[in-house]
Amino acid sequence: MHRFANPARFTRIADRVLPFAAGGAVLALALGFYLALFVSPADYQQGESVRIMYVHVPSAWMAMVIYVAIALASAVALIWRHPLADLAAKASSPIGAGFAFLTLVTGSLWGRPMWGTWWEWDGRLTSMLILFFLYLGHMALMNAFEDSQRGYRAASILALVGVVNIPIIKFSVDWWSTLHQPTSVMRLDGPTIHPSMLWPLLIVALGFKLYYLTVVLLRIKSELIAARLRALDLAMVKGS
Amino acid sequence: MANFEGRSLQCRRGGRDVFAGLSFVLPPGGALVLTGPNGSGKSSLLRLMAGLLRPTGGDLLWDGRSIATAPEAHAGRLHYLGHLDAVKPVLSVAENLSFWAALRGGAAAPEAALEAFALTELAALPGRLLSAGQRRRLALARLIAAPAELWLLDEPSVGLDHASVGRLAAAIADHRAGGGRVAVATHTALDLADPLRLSLDALAPPQLPEMVW
Amino acid sequence: MVSGFLLVIARDLRLALRQRADAWLAVLFFVLTAALFPFGVGPEPNLLARIAPGIIWVVALLAVLLSLERLFLADFEDGSLEQLLLSPLPLELAVLAKVLAHWLTTGLPLIAAAPLLAVLFHMDLAGLGVLLLAMLLGTPTLSLVGAVGAALTLGARRGGVLIPLLVLPLYVPALIFGVGATDAALQGFAVRPHLLLLGAVLLVMLVVTPLAGAAALRQALE
Repeated sequence: MHRFANPARFTRIADRVLPFAAGGAVLALALGFYLALFVSPADYQQGESVRIMYVHVPSAWMAMVIYVAIALASAVALIWRHPLADLAAKASSPIGAGFAFLTLVTGSLWGRPMWGTWWEWDGRLTSMLILFFLYLGHMALMNAFEDSQRGYRAASILALVGVVNIPIIKFSVDWWSTLHQPTSVMRLDGPTIHPSMLWPLLIVALGFKLYYLTVVLLRIKSELIAARLRALDLAMVKGS
Repeated sequence: MANFEGRSLQCRRGGRDVFAGLSFVLPPGGALVLTGPNGSGKSSLLRLMAGLLRPTGGDLLWDGRSIATAPEAHAGRLHYLGHLDAVKPVLSVAENLSFWAALRGGAAAPEAALEAFALTELAALPGRLLSAGQRRRLALARLIAAPAELWLLDEPSVGLDHASVGRLAAAIADHRAGGGRVAVATHTALDLADPLRLSLDALAPPQLPEMVW
Repeated sequence: MVSGFLLVIARDLRLALRQRADAWLAVLFFVLTAALFPFGVGPEPNLLARIAPGIIWVVALLAVLLSLERLFLADFEDGSLEQLLLSPLPLELAVLAKVLAHWLTTGLPLIAAAPLLAVLFHMDLAGLGVLLLAMLLGTPTLSLVGAVGAALTLGARRGGVLIPLLVLPLYVPALIFGVGATDAALQGFAVRPHLLLLGAVLLVMLVVTPLAGAAALRQALE
């Protein structure tokens, strides 16, 4: 388990992966957005505004995937005390929050022509809002301690409690929104969606995943460098 | 009877090694006196022994078995006295004491423990009216109120007057005579018969931890 | 083990009894905050009656939130928590005991005060029974979820401000099912599913809180 705990080894592996991840992200996003903006058809009801979906839906996926990734990293950090898992959780949280925020903003922009309002208490958007708050809490707790180790540990426990609660929250919000007249503008009916719309969606989603990988690796690297600087500072103080 | 021992213990706090390669053996009836300057890790070592902290390297063994395998059993056989006295201001001296004693399955009416630290007169006094030294004595009385094989005392004599330090030494001697063992971190001279001394000063590792690779 | 569990509850109840002002504060906050709503939305009886369950629940939730910080903080600061961790009583059970005591001194008084608010808000008293039943099932969840937040923020900078940020998103299910039950009762719909869901959430947290709370306290004391 501690095979990758050696910072030097991690940095070597990260440096090898990074060009592919970054390059792949640029390619996938360029291709995905080209298909989304120019090739895929406009919706006969929603017109051109349907193209917001190609950002909105993959962002929503990412916001959820990243929270699960944080929970997994947290479990690894708590069980095996693996230092890189802590850093991965710390690096992921702001990215996940960013995707959740992007989902909310694009949802609002998409909803404007559909509903005529900037915000509707639709089940999906409301769940995403709560997920966004969970991210903010995770980030705040992570940074609330003088001793960074305590921040990591507390945030790990919170992430695990959060991941247990997310299905309950999701269910309760769906329940609540069906009680108060469902709004079904954003219903995407999975596999029945036309391929000309599905492909760009999947390619953008892949691009987002590679983007996430790139940024997480970069952020972990910079955390390691910061830790090394702190250790050197400490050594200097001792030495003088 | 079993030994309590530490094997090549390592303790890292805040990204810095406090000590490394520390070993000790504490036999029944033994007293381990920890010495060393501030920051040398005396308190950390006691917290490791109590199971409040996990060692980053090495292991702590009771009767040959790692204490991490049965943390509750280990907690049940020790008394830990840290810097804080765990005295509730709104509970009386007797109430404070009997709660902790009862939680550890000790005597319901801990008069002997109050007597041992000259607290009998104060029994009905609420905790908030106690002086620092009296609070410390109340914390020490917990040692007597419920028996435990291992006492871990972190600067137990802070704030105590001369007579009380004598009572503490007597209590420790009594405890050891019954086969109990004790580990003490202290700066003041505490009158203990043939103690095992452990100096933590020599155990500070060279300060270039592996984080600098 | 059972006796240790009861001892911790008895001690916390005794402490709360000696510091009655704290328990009163939560109830006072509950009534006072709710009493502000008519000034905010106007005293129209039909409107107040309609929003009564929601307001009672939201205000109860905030009152619980207010009381969370002191759940572990005093014990943390005076060293009692350390002693509790080193007692033969498993820390998970100690957490559960403290949460139960917290509910008895915070949640229960709120439930006792809820009928007063129902009257003030012209709520149809036919729904009062369900409101109280839902609170009986829901407020323990508030204490349980809150305990995790309180344990995680021990020793944090601005711990008191952090707790709401951590806990409020997790309060959403209890709020939804709690208000849902009362609304359903008032509108003549089936109440059972809401109450069952409320109970299910309570059961989940009864498992999660002792584990997460004990883990949080252990790392706070390291």
